[in-house]
Amino acid sequence: MIKAILIFNNHGKPRLIRFYQYFAEDMQQQIIRETFHLVSKRDDNVCNFLEGIYFTLIYRHYATLYFVFCVDSSESELGILDLIQVFVETLDKCFENVCELDLIFHMDKVHYILQEVVMGGMVLETNMNEIVAQVELQNRMEKSEGGLSGAPARAVSAVKNMNLPEIPRNINIGDINIKVPSLSPF
Amino acid sequence: MRMPAPIRLRELIRTIRTARTQAEEREMIQKECAAIRSSFREEDNTYRCRNVAKLLYMHMLGYPAHFGQLECLKLIASQKFTDKRIGYLGAMLLLDERQDVHLLMTNCIKNDLNHSTQYVQGLALCTLGCMGSSEMCRDLAGEVEKLLKTSNSYLRKKAALCAVHVIRKVPELMEMFLPATKNLLSEKNHGVLHTSVVLLTEMCERSPDMLSHFRKLVPQLVRILKNLIMSGYSPEHDVSGISDPFLQVRILRLLRILGKGDDDSSEAMNDILAQVATNTETSKNVGNAILYETVLTIMDIKSESGLRVLAINILGRFLLNNDKNIRYVALTSLLKTVQTDHNAVQRHRSTIVDCLKDLDVSIKRRAMELSFALVNGNNIRGMMKELLYFLDSCDPDFKADCASGIFLAAEKYAPSKRWHIDTIMRVLTTAGSYVRDDSVPNLIQLITNSVEMHAYTVQRLYKALLDDISQQPLVQVASWCIGEYGDLLVSGQCEEEEPIQVSEDEVLDVLEGLLVSNLSTPVTRGYSLTAIMKLSTRFSSLNRIKKVVSIYGSSIDVELQQRAVEYNALFKKYDHMRPALLERMPIMEKTATNGPSETVQTNGETDSTILDTKHLPSISQPASQANDLLDLLGGNDVVPIIQTTVPTKPASAGGELLDLLGDLSLTGGPTPTPASSVPMSQPPFLLDGLTSQPLFNDIAAVIPPMTAYNKNGLIIEFTFERSNPNPNIAVITIHATNSTEADMTEFVFQAAVPKTFQLQLLSPSSNVVPAFNQGSVTQVIRVLNPQKQQLRMRIKLTYTHKGSPVQDLAEVNNFPPQSWQ
Repeated sequence: MIKAILIFNNHGKPRLIRFYQYFAEDMQQQIIRETFHLVSKRDDNVCNFLEGIYFTLIYRHYATLYFVFCVDSSESELGILDLIQVFVETLDKCFENVCELDLIFHMDKVHYILQEVVMGGMVLETNMNEIVAQVELQNRMEKSEGGLSGAPARAVSAVKNMNLPEIPRNINIGDINIKVPSLSPF
Repeated sequence: MRMPAPIRLRELIRTIRTARTQAEEREMIQKECAAIRSSFREEDNTYRCRNVAKLLYMHMLGYPAHFGQLECLKLIASQKFTDKRIGYLGAMLLLDERQDVHLLMTNCIKNDLNHSTQYVQGLALCTLGCMGSSEMCRDLAGEVEKLLKTSNSYLRKKAALCAVHVIRKVPELMEMFLPATKNLLSEKNHGVLHTSVVLLTEMCERSPDMLSHFRKLVPQLVRILKNLIMSGYSPEHDVSGISDPFLQVRILRLLRILGKGDDDSSEAMNDILAQVATNTETSKNVGNAILYETVLTIMDIKSESGLRVLAINILGRFLLNNDKNIRYVALTSLLKTVQTDHNAVQRHRSTIVDCLKDLDVSIKRRAMELSFALVNGNNIRGMMKELLYFLDSCDPDFKADCASGIFLAAEKYAPSKRWHIDTIMRVLTTAGSYVRDDSVPNLIQLITNSVEMHAYTVQRLYKALLDDISQQPLVQVASWCIGEYGDLLVSGQCEEEEPIQVSEDEVLDVLEGLLVSNLSTPVTRGYSLTAIMKLSTRFSSLNRIKKVVSIYGSSIDVELQQRAVEYNALFKKYDHMRPALLERMPIMEKTATNGPSETVQTNGETDSTILDTKHLPSISQPASQANDLLDLLGGNDVVPIIQTTVPTKPASAGGELLDLLGDLSLTGGPTPTPASSVPMSQPPFLLDGLTSQPLFNDIAAVIPPMTAYNKNGLIIEFTFERSNPNPNIAVITIHATNSTEADMTEFVFQAAVPKTFQLQLLSPSSNVVPAFNQGSVTQVIRVLNPQKQQLRMRIKLTYTHKGSPVQDLAEVNNFPPQSWQ
């Protein structure tokens, strides 16, 4: 069983956290910290498996992100490695050349994609095209209802009235990967 | 006044990212939380989804979001898909069955399971399958079962995984899913096939009845696997040139479970396994994942020997693979198979030993565990050389485990006493500070029992002390030895090597140095003071010793002070008793380790036992605390006389036994100062237990067996034997049988005896008591009863029956008199 799926960047900032076994809030954050600590000090040319404190950690490092699957002994290590690859490639298909910013600004969408791959800590679907198709259809349903923003018109005027700090065009955050995304409305 | 509309999720994210410090971020979050809270209070449906999305984001960063729980429920109840989607996600992330509020979801989920839109049904299945509590599962199992039979493959696969969760939560409901499984495997859709195999696997693992029932699926599974391998390129399922490797792995795993212990099934899958093993492309990871699974399956079922050799050779090839992951996985699986196919794995020993030098920490650890598993009487010298070398250079994390492993291996296979002592010396001097505390008493016992090596040992330890006094276990063992055998040291009696010339004063200098050194822990100081005291009967410089002892009578360390005061008293008022009390320690009763294959246990589970013992209370507790426990048994105030030593790493039964008995060293380890404190309080008893008079009547008659426990279908019978070398020891064999219809798994038998007895529990034959009395678990108990007291025992049983843990305590008082008289 997959106990948790964690995605964080090279500095340990969480980008996606999903636990399939109950842990209290503070335990969750501690696990994230400890996992990052363990994983970040690994060289790039060692194996992708680690014995963590509570479970086996199977991870892959892609550019600025670590994808860590925390599993128990019933999972095949090599199989999970393949699964991570499938998940990342699916993200790539859904976001078109996925980068860290996509995960940052579309955390909910990443969850929805993950939900089509892993359910209740078990592998649900590994066919990428299938997953992408299902996610697409559901996104379309959301879009037809107006998405998360609900009432666009009011939102626009409301934003005009809000006292937002001036946000510079070029946000200097180390994890930016070339593109400034054209965000679809929520 | 109407609040402005809550900001969008991406605005929030953007804002938070501008924060330069943690404090700034926290401030922004708090401000937004306040805004969200007021927005929730307004009960505005439009913005609820947006607010919950933001809440989830903040929750991920580690901020509290529990006030959004109810809002998630409201979203779930909404008609809009958008609302439901984020609502269910929120429920899964923020809620769990510990909060009562989660039950409110049940009705919504029930309705949504019957929704007209399949994606809503999917959301409901997903949520139920992730976090459904037992009550929810009970209520909704019927709906899940219905969906398991639908023709909609999207829903069917989700229903299958949801069913797995339901079964895990409420095992009794497993039966109701049985009819729906009938044609699961005839599905064409791979997603459904995959999750169906997962469901079947879960059912087989949980119930032997289901397992037998599903054995008939073996031919169908073999067919599906064959099609996957033989079918040409299928773009839909292709991953790196292999057709649906995930499904192949799953099927192989189910075959493993079905074939285990069953000749017919194993035979039916022999061919396909051979085919997969030889035809799978190994250039990509997916191929290796399949091969790995195939190997595990071959090893687990009753495969023919040719196939087994093939499997081990594949693992051997894996070991030489450049890819680190493959090597790691190979080591892991060799660890799993080393017990059953020991000889085959031995062939790869040199490769495994080479892996000790790998740079990768994970690989090193596996290689170390496997190396210990492969040590035997034939290769002990060579292996020990490698392991000692490894100990020198490995990471500190490994040293404790490695040292313990070396001690155990040495104890089991030492070719000579001299070699044994040398090996111990080597470990103590190179990794002395990492050695576990409980190995000190073990080593002391070992040294005591190697009578002819005393002079050699004390000389080597003395020399080691001259070099380095920082490693406490080494110092403690050395102090003890010098205290015992100091006379041999100064008289230069060593045969094994050139005897050194050392005077009494020099020895006392060293011991006194330990007392004052900052590097010595209080325990070590205790050892050295006692050693100095013992030398008063072996050396002639009595005055010097008296002086030291009296100085420490005013030490601020209470332990030290007490000892010094007592030793002082010994000089002053009880001097006539001193020689007898400080006499040379006799050979201690040698208790073997708790069970034959100890740390050389093989499967990865040894890791957790190793970790567990780290957390066990240190066994070095003074004898006074022994009075607390075994209030279980009441009575008997006599402090145990012979503190026998015990293994550094108790097997799992022993480990928990220590918890049961608290700190007493009946089966646990002795106090750090084995002999010295006891004679202080109970001089008359000192020599009693040490004589070898037979305390049991020499009855050659057979002792009748007895039923010790009979409850809930579990019967435990005791059969008796007299131990030949030592008539004081009764050997009891327990036979546990189970007349219920379900197996009792994870069965652990523990026992405690009154303080005048000593108990040794060897490892059990297995930890599954099969149902319907189909077999039994046996375990050997050895009881030393030097005082001829009536044997009483308290037993504790823990096991898992039909998915629930069971625990019971019982007293056994009906021992036949011949067993203890």
